[in-house]
Amino acid sequence: MMSKSALQRSFTRKHRIATVPPKRRKESGNLTVLPYPSQQARAKVALQNLSLQYKSNARPLLALDDINLDVKAGEFLCIVGPSGCGKSTLLHLVAGLQRPTCGHVFVDGKEVNTPGSDRILIFQELGLFPWLTVGDNVAFGMKMKNVPHAERKEKIGHYLRLVHLSQFKDSYTHQLSGGMRQRVALARALAAEPDVLLMDEPFAALDAQTRDLLHDELERIWAETGRTIIFITHNVREAVRLGDRVVLLTFRPGRVKREFDIDLPRPRFLEDATVAAAAREILNDLREEINKSLEAQYASHGATL
Amino acid sequence: MKRFAQHAIFYGVLIGLWALLADLHIWPPYVFPTPQSVMESLAAGFKDHSFWIAIAVSMRRMLLGYGISVLLGMVLGLGIASNKFMEETMGGLLVSLQSLPSICWLPLAVLWFGLTEKAILFVVIMGSLLSVTIAMEDGRKQMPKIYAMAGRNLGASGFRLFWHVLLPASLPFIVSGLKQGWAFAWRSLISGEMIFVSLGLGQLLMMGRDLNDMSQVIAVMILIVVLGFIVDGLVFKTVQRHLQQRWGLAPI
Repeated sequence: MMSKSALQRSFTRKHRIATVPPKRRKESGNLTVLPYPSQQARAKVALQNLSLQYKSNARPLLALDDINLDVKAGEFLCIVGPSGCGKSTLLHLVAGLQRPTCGHVFVDGKEVNTPGSDRILIFQELGLFPWLTVGDNVAFGMKMKNVPHAERKEKIGHYLRLVHLSQFKDSYTHQLSGGMRQRVALARALAAEPDVLLMDEPFAALDAQTRDLLHDELERIWAETGRTIIFITHNVREAVRLGDRVVLLTFRPGRVKREFDIDLPRPRFLEDATVAAAAREILNDLREEINKSLEAQYASHGATL
Repeated sequence: MKRFAQHAIFYGVLIGLWALLADLHIWPPYVFPTPQSVMESLAAGFKDHSFWIAIAVSMRRMLLGYGISVLLGMVLGLGIASNKFMEETMGGLLVSLQSLPSICWLPLAVLWFGLTEKAILFVVIMGSLLSVTIAMEDGRKQMPKIYAMAGRNLGASGFRLFWHVLLPASLPFIVSGLKQGWAFAWRSLISGEMIFVSLGLGQLLMMGRDLNDMSQVIAVMILIVVLGFIVDGLVFKTVQRHLQQRWGLAPI
């Protein structure tokens, strides 16, 4: 665990180039959030003092420590951090697949305890069902909600059109390419009609062209459907390309290190100089955390390294 | 075509050698019958319907016994896989019980149920239940965790999670166990039928012995092998191939 002084240091770093002031720790130990635009609207998702400790190992591991974060309705929030900072765990908590050790997750002011169709998570490994066709995969969430057959059929068509996969309705997932599978996962999540879409490094395994294309599509779908999106990535440029706001997490335990409002005009492109400049700012902060994660990795592989 | 030719040559040579050996009359025909007399026994058995009846009776017992043990095994196996206490206690017991040949359950079954259909069924169930249970348990454990999570995430829980996600997701991992369970059930059934008289293929085999009719004994043995092969080769292989194609585990 990080000492308190180290934590404070991380909040009072010198280079602050973000357009948004970072959260500040009061002497009492409570986090206060300075008012800025995204916090004025009512929070769609609110994380309060969220912590998670894994106890199964011999040594308890604090994965997330005192996360406080508000996501407003319709916001596209990106979370970046080094591997092992608990990014995925954070999404699992919001999805209700895991329970926090302490703290709370609120969606629309109601506390989250179980999975719910108002929040759908797209897993890094996708978790598409290989025994179902593309169409049946997309319909799965609706089937669990007892949506009538006719309506289901219509919506399968709608959401497959949205991700440009209409002609693959009766294919099995292993017959599709990586990018297409990714789009099936997106359609499956959207078809459950969640208010909040949680995406866990969804484009990490894709080639550059496919990823660019999916960025465009995701942005378009986000604009069309008005969903709130929490998007996790280790790719800072991707975060700047997509997000209204980028939250940087520290390495083990995961804490909110800084937040950056990205008020660049849309549509943005990965190659834009402004995107690159903003990404460089974030990367400077991220690099420190990556170094910590590398040190931890080497340390666990023995003293010779 | 090449495979067919291979098989034709192999079995042709085998039967040829058998005929040759029988023709040498080293042993009397009631010890070592000719292929022709075995063929005649087979034809006669089918002609007077005794083989058909035996097949029907044995298959009925198999379907019933195996069906029950698959259902029971599913519940037991999933229960064991989802509960640590059960896994550590019951799991060990099942593995050690597996070393007990299933025919050892027959004396117990006869004392409980008498010389009835139930006793035979009991032996068949005990013969396959253990391997089905262990297969289910393994399948449930081998199944990638992501499917259960994805299912819960999309709103499935309880029985619907089991039926729509856990069961189909673990099928490729349990199908070989189900196949093994069928083979065990088949063996238990034939041995059970041999020990107490009650129609069925096992009884036909014993009848051949009682009548000193070696041709019939061999004819019934061939029948048992062929039936086992048909179920294994047609039913289970088809299911397995179908699953593999669907999951993309094998080239189509």
